[in-house]
Amino acid sequence: MQVEVRVKLKEQVLDPQGEAIRRVLAGLGYAEVGQVRVGKLMLLDVGGDDPGAVRARVEAACREVLANPVIEEFEVRLP
Amino acid sequence: MNRPGTGDRGPGTGNSGRRPETPAGGRKRVAVVIFPGSNCDRDALAAVEAAGGEAVPVWHQSADLAGCGAVVLPGGFSYGDYLRAGAMAAHSPVMAAVRRHAAGGGAVLGICNGFQMLLEIGLLPGAMLMNRTLRFICRDVHLRVERDDLPLLKHLRRGHVLRLPIAHKEGNWFAAPDVVRQVEAAGAVALRYCNERGEIGGEANPNGAINAVAGLVNREGNVLGMMPHPERRISALLGGSDGAALIRALVEAA
Repeated sequence: MQVEVRVKLKEQVLDPQGEAIRRVLAGLGYAEVGQVRVGKLMLLDVGGDDPGAVRARVEAACREVLANPVIEEFEVRLP
Repeated sequence: MNRPGTGDRGPGTGNSGRRPETPAGGRKRVAVVIFPGSNCDRDALAAVEAAGGEAVPVWHQSADLAGCGAVVLPGGFSYGDYLRAGAMAAHSPVMAAVRRHAAGGGAVLGICNGFQMLLEIGLLPGAMLMNRTLRFICRDVHLRVERDDLPLLKHLRRGHVLRLPIAHKEGNWFAAPDVVRQVEAAGAVALRYCNERGEIGGEANPNGAINAVAGLVNREGNVLGMMPHPERRISALLGGSDGAALIRALVEAA
């Protein structure tokens, strides 16, 4: 199954990239856009039929390498 | 420029087997780990030799450090900085040997990308964010020496100002407030960005690092990570020799 992993900076971590994008959007007239946060989207093709087991494995991978818990948090979405 | 694997000291040229300990009177052996994408490995090898050590290139797939008494994790863009700077290299086979070496009190110097790896494997606290300016910064900076009571820093003087180059895009050190407090209380900050008079703050901080952190040591003092490049400043011909004292101390600690 295709599993979606979303990794984003924690709320308390400054995101200069997101801030630069917000400023560009404001300059283009999108003044209604407030904060912008940039993250990563990873699509993993994972073998196995048991959603619970697949989720557990992908979350383990997130903790081990896909996300850095010091600055990032992750979210795993199954189909 | 020769890349690892194309020259006479490339990976796989006999650096994977354990070698005997340094013979009495022999040169101290210092491993320089080469990852795919390292680009300061040659500089580090040359700096170790210039400091009187025997520089031993060790490929990142190696299971050991070839019997060396100290190790350099050099700068560069290991694995193209994919995912996060240093994140993939942190899982290279050689890193288990680096952990064992560090746990046994062996000297470890992580420079730039090597510092990022030390953060990723948790030998030093915190993480690197993108520079405040979002730019890759390649220029000289001034650094205030905060510790001189450890083997790796013994040739420096606390309060003195060094001038070394930085070259990075992810050098904006970050940690949660409680971790920052622990780091400061433990005296884990070895080097801070400063101006030429040793003053901290404002424009003297090139990347936005919390408390102007440029280099950290672990609690035991045998693991040093730093964003500036001491291996690029080992002689007047290279624009200065402020890095030589660090490399010399590393060789002596091997």
